Amino acid sequence: MTTTERHSYDVLVIGAGGAGLRAAIEARSQGLRTAIITKSLFGKAHTVMAEGGAAAAMGNVNSNDSWQVHFRDTLRGGKFLNNPRMAELHAKESPDRIWELETYGALFDRTPEGKINQRNFGGHEYPRLAHVGDRTGLELIRTLQQKIVSMQQEDLAEFGDAEARIKVFAECSIIELLKDGDAVSGAFGYWRETGDYILFEAPAIVLATGGIGKSYKITSNSWEYTGDGHALATRAGATLINMEFIQFHPTGMVWPPSVKGILVTESVRGDGGVLRNSEGKRFMFEYIPDVFKAQYATTEEEGDRWYTDPENNKRPPELLPRDEVARAINSEVKAGRGSPHGGVFLDVSTRMTPEQIIKRLPSMHHQFKELADVDITAEPMEVGPTCHYVMGGVEVDADTQQSRVTGLYAAGEVSGGMHGSNRLGGNSLSDLLVFGRRAGLHAAEYVRGLGVERPAVSDDDVEAVRTWANAPLNATGEDTVNPYDLHAELQQCMNELVGIIRRQEEVGAALAKLDTLAERYTKVAVSGGRAFNPGWHLAMDLRNMLLVSRCVAMAALERTESRGGHTREEHPAMDPEWRKINLVLAASEDGKVSLDRKPVPVIRPDLLALFDEAELKKYLTTEELAAAGEEASQ
Amino acid sequence: MSYQAHFRVWRGDIDGGGLQDFTVEVNEGEVVLDIIHRIQATQAPDLAVRWNCKAGKCGSCSAEINGWPRLMCMTRMSIFSPEETITVTPLRTFPVIRDLVTDVSFNFKKAQAVPAFAPPKELQPGEYRMQQVDVERSQEFRKCIECFLCQTVCHVIRDHEENKPHFAGPRFLMRIAELDMHPLDVADRKDLAQDEHGLGYCNITKCCTEVCPEHIKITDNALIPMKERVMTRKYDPLIWLGRKIARRS
Repeated sequence: MTTTERHSYDVLVIGAGGAGLRAAIEARSQGLRTAIITKSLFGKAHTVMAEGGAAAAMGNVNSNDSWQVHFRDTLRGGKFLNNPRMAELHAKESPDRIWELETYGALFDRTPEGKINQRNFGGHEYPRLAHVGDRTGLELIRTLQQKIVSMQQEDLAEFGDAEARIKVFAECSIIELLKDGDAVSGAFGYWRETGDYILFEAPAIVLATGGIGKSYKITSNSWEYTGDGHALATRAGATLINMEFIQFHPTGMVWPPSVKGILVTESVRGDGGVLRNSEGKRFMFEYIPDVFKAQYATTEEEGDRWYTDPENNKRPPELLPRDEVARAINSEVKAGRGSPHGGVFLDVSTRMTPEQIIKRLPSMHHQFKELADVDITAEPMEVGPTCHYVMGGVEVDADTQQSRVTGLYAAGEVSGGMHGSNRLGGNSLSDLLVFGRRAGLHAAEYVRGLGVERPAVSDDDVEAVRTWANAPLNATGEDTVNPYDLHAELQQCMNELVGIIRRQEEVGAALAKLDTLAERYTKVAVSGGRAFNPGWHLAMDLRNMLLVSRCVAMAALERTESRGGHTREEHPAMDPEWRKINLVLAASEDGKVSLDRKPVPVIRPDLLALFDEAELKKYLTTEELAAAGEEASQ
Repeated sequence: MSYQAHFRVWRGDIDGGGLQDFTVEVNEGEVVLDIIHRIQATQAPDLAVRWNCKAGKCGSCSAEINGWPRLMCMTRMSIFSPEETITVTPLRTFPVIRDLVTDVSFNFKKAQAVPAFAPPKELQPGEYRMQQVDVERSQEFRKCIECFLCQTVCHVIRDHEENKPHFAGPRFLMRIAELDMHPLDVADRKDLAQDEHGLGYCNITKCCTEVCPEHIKITDNALIPMKERVMTRKYDPLIWLGRKIARRS
């Protein structure tokens, strides 16, 4: 047997985006030895792509804001399917997490009083997003990165070793989690640079691997988003929830082809951008659903007035939650009223001066100028929906972020429940901070509670993973499969058959296709050696994408209603009976996936009381309303 | 609108390598990274390249294209004529790992050597008050995506391995300037910039500014003002006298 590089840590954090870094900072602050593992270089995680901001009810711009209003907006956005406790914790703790970033050195845009400025965003009742122009995610990642560096400087001074208590393993991928009985005991992976294997022993693991977008052809996500954490957790015995809910961001670039899917921030609409079809019509006014009729302007005049006088006017429907806007754009294009390259027009040039646009939306100005030859200060952008975010993820305890597997935690996009069926823009960056910290804290508490006996790594398990991972490098023969081809077919399949609008036969066809892809996957072969071999890296990631895609398709087939990021053509309405149900996916004995229906956690009466009855009627069943009424009268 | 382009891509590792020729399809609107990916998917599946976001936001896909340091994802093919041979090589200033991937750990070590943000001790979270106009100077530098193009182009270290221990490079001198200009940072970073991080090596040729994909005015707004702050300290007679006295006591 070859010797493998071996490390022992208290807490292992897989993923170095916002959630992972915040979790690691917390675990290290608790005095535990912490390792951060990332597929990329330190500071390159997908969080840098976040543009708009981080939602936190600080009330700096409108003092009417409070955690209760934020909670209410979050539940409305998620169509009441959210884990209410997570939404509550998120709304309560976000302001502290943002203020904390300032102590790490973050420089947010300011109000005239010198406080953190906050901007409007879809679904948020008040200006709520702390931001830095349209590059908030970069600020977040750099701030957390620099905080970790500062902790390493402290450790260098104290122990003479910068990496004594927190170390980053960059360009390192985890293939499998290891267990001892019901508890995690470590993780096995490889260095991308050399292809050499590496083994981590750790009693607590925080998954912070982000999303799954690379299973789709048109996506705003980077190559890293291959659902690793979702798949690792499932194979380790944890469960996934809400996997049918995928957010298609309404505004991705549609041209040129090579940039199709790249994000156009919602801030464009928050700052006054309007959507028009090929007939020049602001079509969003036609698409305000009943549940939101009371909160949105019904005329262009009122919508326009809102930008300068939000107290006395309702917001324009361009700022409806993302699922609504994405579906509307999809319908307009389908009806033949799209732009030349199959999107719609998004125009900010009529509302702001070129100077204001360059100041407030510098990345967008830059992106369109460099990649599409479009000057957004003078002409409209062409935009269309792009796969952006998965609401679903690892089922976790709302307070501790622990999954069903002892010692295994999940935070950020890889966890499920917080956003229900649809996430509001801005709620992701705050989610990362709030639940990243919680995961790190509770992982640390769990480790401290362990005695000297820690869960052990089994050599046989390690050997089995190693053999499996070597297979594509050793595969030979006539009928071998190219991983790039297989990936392209998977993306095509998911995009066409389990996209924005789902139909029973199509999702069924996707599941059949996934069977054949899984079969062919067993014959994947890569040429070249172990050292920095992208073909082999893709072969490793493909297994995760195939598993996660199956979970998405199974849940999408099961849920016969339309809600948030899941639209079934044959079942266009929201069904209160379905609101009570979470679809829970787990790995079954035969290596396949099983699906179960479980109740959504009940909304506490004091939280339910934040909504008026007329609104609750749109979401809850008659029995639930009666029970809530009884509770209130007691 | 498609055509066949002639690419020459450096392939090899630390032990050596050379340019390899590829004839590859190019379609309208594509960028150099698309073409590298096409070579990978159809001709050389193990061609090593580092990339992430493909939107100019993460700074991973840095390379030298026809000798010019650039992000491959932001270099449109339309800037070249169809007849032109396009040569893609790894960043020259850093040791090559494989093909277009280099070992950029130099930069992470330099980052660790810059003392962290030091806020006033008594200031509590939520109490920070700063004016927009005051944060804007540092905000410009925080646009940096750490692509390290400024580091690779800087002649102080590009062909001078011996300078690397004494010179942080434009990116991290700018980081020091960013902290020095932070309205609430209380640390004094001027001597450090000069003595530890080699600010004096910079002779303001502005190559770093020229290659910055974020269009940060590294030289004009960070390095020159930082040099001025150091000079004021060194040559202001009052400060000189004050220090002299302080040292004596």
